[in-house]
Amino acid sequence: MSQPLLSIEALSAISTRDGGQPVLRDVDLTLKRGEVRGLVGESGAGKSTVAKAVLGILPSTVKLTGGWVRFEGQDLMQMKRAAFSALLGRDITLIPQDPQTALNPARSIEAQLTDGLRLKLGLSRTAARARALELMDEVQIRDPARVLAAYPHQLSGGMRQRILIAAAFAPEPKLVVADEPTTALDVTVQKEILRLIRRMQEAHGTAVIFVTHDLGVVAKICDSVTLLYAGKVIEDGPTARLLNALRHAYTRALLSAGPRYDRPDAGLEPVPEAVFAQLRAEIGLSQSNSEGPRS
Amino acid sequence: MAVSPLITRLGLALVTLFGVAVIVFCLLRVVPGDPVAMMISPSATPADIAALKARYGLDLGLGAQFMLWLGAVARGDFGTSISLRRDVLELIGERLPATLELAFAALVFGILAGGMLAIFGTLCRRTPLEPVLDFLNGLFLAVPDFVWALALVLLFGVFLPVLPISGRLDPSVPVAFATPFYLLESLARLNLAAVGDLLAHMAMPVLALGLPLAAIIVRTLKEALIEAMLQDYVLLARLKGMSPLRLVVQEALRNAVGPTLTLTGVQFTFMIGGTVIVERIFAYPGLGNMAIDAVINRDLPLIQGIVLTFGALFIAINIATDLIAALLNPRQAHG
Ligand SMILES: Nc1ncnc2c1ncn2[C@@H]1O[C@H](COP(=O)(O)OP(=O)(O)O)[C@@H](O)[C@H]1O
Ligand SMILES: [Mg+2]
Repeated sequence: MSQPLLSIEALSAISTRDGGQPVLRDVDLTLKRGEVRGLVGESGAGKSTVAKAVLGILPSTVKLTGGWVRFEGQDLMQMKRAAFSALLGRDITLIPQDPQTALNPARSIEAQLTDGLRLKLGLSRTAARARALELMDEVQIRDPARVLAAYPHQLSGGMRQRILIAAAFAPEPKLVVADEPTTALDVTVQKEILRLIRRMQEAHGTAVIFVTHDLGVVAKICDSVTLLYAGKVIEDGPTARLLNALRHAYTRALLSAGPRYDRPDAGLEPVPEAVFAQLRAEIGLSQSNSEGPRS
Repeated sequence: MAVSPLITRLGLALVTLFGVAVIVFCLLRVVPGDPVAMMISPSATPADIAALKARYGLDLGLGAQFMLWLGAVARGDFGTSISLRRDVLELIGERLPATLELAFAALVFGILAGGMLAIFGTLCRRTPLEPVLDFLNGLFLAVPDFVWALALVLLFGVFLPVLPISGRLDPSVPVAFATPFYLLESLARLNLAAVGDLLAHMAMPVLALGLPLAAIIVRTLKEALIEAMLQDYVLLARLKGMSPLRLVVQEALRNAVGPTLTLTGVQFTFMIGGTVIVERIFAYPGLGNMAIDAVINRDLPLIQGIVLTFGALFIAINIATDLIAALLNPRQAHG
């Protein structure tokens, strides 16, 4: 199996909202089966745009201007709509950022956890329920029957994120896209959720694109890392190499800016502006469009 | 809604009704016009006038008149209509059901038409149809009920005379009703001829009252639906392969309906106010139509009775709206 599961080549995009400002510049990223790839960068770097491009859910104000996204060799952008829709939610799934808004407040957990199984795998109601109970067990939810009958507001944020993880792994996808899945959670819950994603990923042999702005998280969960700055890939490689080397000024700055697990109360240290200035010079950005990127 | 807030609401409702009673009573006595003058023949002597005033309690002071009236109302005695010489409560009992059937039919029409068009509009988002729908919606928002009534009379009464333009039931339909709820009774008895004739008579007033409501529901609900469609749970459902219609109806609608519900409650009370003029235009024998006669005749007991009835209706609608909103809110519905 030499062919990569996912390969993004020279992907470029502009934001029509911000007067055609580039959002992605020739982004390359390859992902092997079962690999966990961190997609790291500060806010506005274009991480979510890459994730959305893979899922085909770019906002109408972001336009792709070049490049390819290939999944198992198929060009996702040239694919027929129906074939792409069939792929989504089955071979490629999403763990969203905010468990608060990712579950429908008006529907029971059972309804939301089973409808993917029924729609994508064609399971019957009872079969889907049985599978949902198994999945709940797998993501370590105690008393699964009770939780299935519950509504989102009756559950904690961590519990909800467990359910969303269960839903993402439910159809046995080949790729899970996780866009900052722990950012909205408490630091202690964050750790458990990270461990859970890693364990699920290993158990199912699933590849994961793990979007985060936090190198501390990357160190815990990712096999390899792609580092984005202002829509450009500035580092790409195995996590260990990246973290050990810390060659790049930006990498160091970002790490010092991340929250510390050993001192959760330490807060975020601002990245010194001088570091960014040097970096802009390094990757050849002009001053005028460098201040732009914001999410 | 738990029990005790409901009791509070009912208590507040009584206070509100009392306020309505005070205001109506005072207003009717400061506006010019002498009810007795409307009743007497030009040949009446001053003694006749005094006797008449005494009979209706109009010779007493204002405070005494109010207390007398309020005490009677509390016992369920709304007095006697001056112009029709019949018990006010009885008259209201005959006319209110006609108005209720009309208003509820218009409400159902407005909700169904408005709801479906809002869903349709959400599905048409970012298609060439969207600006067309928005333009029509804006147009419909600008046309009030009585203008619809006149336009409909012209359209279906004159140019395309397919609908009856006045009344509630054609005299040729042979039915003896046991209740004043003609439509409900005909439905319950499966008397389709009567149902058809009643609906034909209601069609134009229902459209006149319901179209403005539908237009407001379309605008409010569509806005909320579009907002809800941006939520992550809708995105996840879409990735799971849910059809666009199911996304709107199953995922977004329930969460988007709150503001529309509250607004519909308010609009429904306005619509009941609108029945007065619309019933008049279509000579529909409801409470609103009678209210205009009562005002023309300066029939104080009847006006007071009708206004209090409308007041009670408004309060009931408000409470019902809150109850339904609470039932639809998952946080309250599921502990
Ligand atoms: N809906 C949008 N329409 C237009 N431009 C957008 C939109 N969302 C984000 N962008 C632009 O894309 C850039 C990258 O955003 P995003 O991918 O969300 O960054 P990240 O996830 O790394 O924080 C931002 O600079 C922003 O200006
Ligand atoms: Mg993002």
